[in-house]
Amino acid sequence: MERPFAITLGVGSSLANKTGSWRVERPVYVDRLPPCNDACPAGENVQQWLYHAEAGDYEAAWRQLVADNPLPAVMGRVCYHPCETACNRAQLDEAVGINAVERFLGDQALARGWSPAVEAPPTGRRVLVVGSGPSGLAAAFHLRRRGHAVTLDEAQAEPGGMMRYGIPAYRLPRAVLDAEIERIEGMGLELRLSHPVTDAAAAMTAEGFDAAFLAVGAQIGRNAYIPAGDSARILDALSLLRGTASAEPPQLGRRVVVVGGGNTAMDAARTARRLGATDAVVVYRRTRDRMPAHDIEVEEALAEGVRMRWLATVARADAGRLVLERMRLDDTGFPQPTGEFEELAADALVLALGQDADLSCLQAMPEVTVTDGVVRVGGDMATGHPGVFAGGDMVEGERTVTVAIGHGKRAARTIDAYLRGTPAADAARHPLASYDRLNTWYYADAPKSLQPELDLARRQSTFDEVVGGLDESTALFEARRCLSCGNCFECDNCYGVCPDNAVRKLGPGLRYAFDYDYCKGCGICVTECPCGAIDLVPEQI
Amino acid sequence: MSEPDRVPARSERLKFYQVGSFAAGNRLVDPALRTVQSDEGRTNSITSGHRACQGCGEALGARYALDAAMRAADGRIVAVNATGCLEVFSTPFPETSWRVAWLHSLFGNAPAVATGVAAALRVRGRPDIRVVAQAGDGGTVDIGFGTLSGMFERNDDVLFICYDNEAYMNTGVQRSGATPPLARTATTEAAGPEPGNRFGQGKNLPLLAIAHGIPYVATATVADLHDLEAKVRRAMVLHGARYLHVLVPCPLGWGSEPRDTIRIARLAGETGLFPVFAAEDGVVTEVTPIRQRQPVEAYLRLQGRYRHLFDAQGRARRPELIARLQAIADRNIARFGLDRARVPTETAATVPARGAS
Repeated sequence: MERPFAITLGVGSSLANKTGSWRVERPVYVDRLPPCNDACPAGENVQQWLYHAEAGDYEAAWRQLVADNPLPAVMGRVCYHPCETACNRAQLDEAVGINAVERFLGDQALARGWSPAVEAPPTGRRVLVVGSGPSGLAAAFHLRRRGHAVTLDEAQAEPGGMMRYGIPAYRLPRAVLDAEIERIEGMGLELRLSHPVTDAAAAMTAEGFDAAFLAVGAQIGRNAYIPAGDSARILDALSLLRGTASAEPPQLGRRVVVVGGGNTAMDAARTARRLGATDAVVVYRRTRDRMPAHDIEVEEALAEGVRMRWLATVARADAGRLVLERMRLDDTGFPQPTGEFEELAADALVLALGQDADLSCLQAMPEVTVTDGVVRVGGDMATGHPGVFAGGDMVEGERTVTVAIGHGKRAARTIDAYLRGTPAADAARHPLASYDRLNTWYYADAPKSLQPELDLARRQSTFDEVVGGLDESTALFEARRCLSCGNCFECDNCYGVCPDNAVRKLGPGLRYAFDYDYCKGCGICVTECPCGAIDLVPEQI
Repeated sequence: MSEPDRVPARSERLKFYQVGSFAAGNRLVDPALRTVQSDEGRTNSITSGHRACQGCGEALGARYALDAAMRAADGRIVAVNATGCLEVFSTPFPETSWRVAWLHSLFGNAPAVATGVAAALRVRGRPDIRVVAQAGDGGTVDIGFGTLSGMFERNDDVLFICYDNEAYMNTGVQRSGATPPLARTATTEAAGPEPGNRFGQGKNLPLLAIAHGIPYVATATVADLHDLEAKVRRAMVLHGARYLHVLVPCPLGWGSEPRDTIRIARLAGETGLFPVFAAEDGVVTEVTPIRQRQPVEAYLRLQGRYRHLFDAQGRARRPELIARLQAIADRNIARFGLDRARVPTETAATVPARGAS
């Protein structure tokens, strides 16, 4: 028998003593749902793609990312990143810059020409998708990946929906949008531009589609009755944004007033500044904290010299001047008129009071229910009409690109199940990886990386992109700030801290296993796991 | 300090790898910068099947230290063990958990036996084989202190490691010279106006070792693996008498949850009650800074041996006693510069003994 150095007597090893029998609780490895994944309306597996990005494997990270979201370069620019709001690291120092890393990955994919593969064999089924906004594109993408033939009909001359006609170019450069849409087109779908669908039911029968996904958006700017003189210049925010995106931007004059408190109002005011308005004022009847616009948008607008008038509404519009009425909030927080008026010089008045969906294509489908101007769908995006699904701004929900992409993904899953005649089952969700399960001692201090911003002079005169991207080393740094909440990332801590050597390594990427022959169930590994991926459960005795 | 093998416990290169700086390892970090404990090829000096209690800090500390020593000495060490828990739980006849050459003699003579082993190896012309001696706090600060002091003053070529769990745990938790004030043990009951161990008693062995002027003295806890391994590595580079004092919480004697062993060791450091530092040739050369300072209460509350300081609702029952412990922690922080990672200019002799108030 070969013995260790200088050992002469053959003695028995304590390995004969199976101390696992002492155990009353056993540690088990678990996967928990990280808060970023939980918060993502597009259902991205954020933690998992950051895991690849941390290793510098950007292509694997991107492939994991587009498994859920086909537009990462767009999303990395326009998403309001609820993932970062939910991020556990925010409680430690600052949230991980998930959105910035997403943008980096999206841009890498465009620069290097990565494209997703269609691996599923053709199913022979055909699906009509109406509207090429984020929701329609996402649905088309996921349906193609599942092997279905997709025809995508777009009423406008160019694809993209609100991403093209609603989001200003300084937030989303058109070259990025075009490139990502082109990549989806390259997956073999039929895109028909300037092809409005006026009757969805007729379109389905005429061409023999097996299912349809409707995502026509909310394209009609809401109006309000404002007494106006003959020569008052009044337009709605969507026409302004749409006109700016086309070749002929509207003439606004030097003093522009925007009514409304949402993101569109901010976009309109910032666009007005860039079109030459020296004075852009947002008039909103409530206070800043009640504004539906996202904080980032408000901050960026203020930085660009947009002024805000809280607690006011436009009572009358005339050429060159407006009459504002001051408002006050009542006990319920609702704005009430005060009867006090003042004048404000204005060459143009822009209404940003919300948008409505044009649902005329549904007229021949009485089973589809419409309430409050939006189509009623279940969690599976199905309407009352068999085989017809809807999503994006035309159904109830927050009207953002991210939510729309999530709708498209979910609809594609249900449509796939519908076409295959199988029940659509949502994957079971793991319990949340909450902050209190982390052992944050182990994470090194690392402040968030900042994205460069365009200088103010150019932000007030051009439509150049305002927020810059991260370079490779900063993106890598940012990805490595991820705490990997609730998911093992192989830090070897459990392997190191076990007093009984009862943890086995299974090899890179394969994590660990407990050796229950010797594990005494002390639970040190549970307390010391940085990311909370081990539970201690009672032993069945 | 300029030797090439002086690898810092934490390098800038590790800083941004999520947990690379503090956890045992990380898939993204160069294997050479991970801890010995993260390596599947570690010796496992004490292997599975030993009979230490659940969550034993000493079993952990001994494996950490000896595995690092084995790595540093290329697998050639002889370990001499004093009597105590470590010896009892690892070698009930006919089984042993040791995977290193290991000797046990008596409770009080481990330093002398180690001196003899070192002398024998010298005579046999085997400078490649290094000697490590280890004992608990009883075998070090009380029963073995005479022979240890002799080993220090002769500067024998031995690394002596004390696994300090602050009482005689093996025989039923009796007070030792390393038991801190207020701690309840079987011989310092939690009763009377000064419950638990008294203030003003006991001895601070790291400072006594420094006073011997030996080449290397360091303290460490089982909560900071990178730091502990760096200290073993440093000690193994040097020759002569070297002393490492490792704090190893004892769930049995401290009345703590087995799962909290490392957490408690970490709090001992972060409160300032257990200063982590190193000294060479009688001068403190390195201090491990506190990262997230905690009040001593955070440390005390997790331990049954201090339960008498709190009522059933968890409110401090004797705030004036806790304040005295806090004062000790505060003084440690000031004397060692634990809050700003500077090397103190005061000499060891000006640092008061542990337990003085």
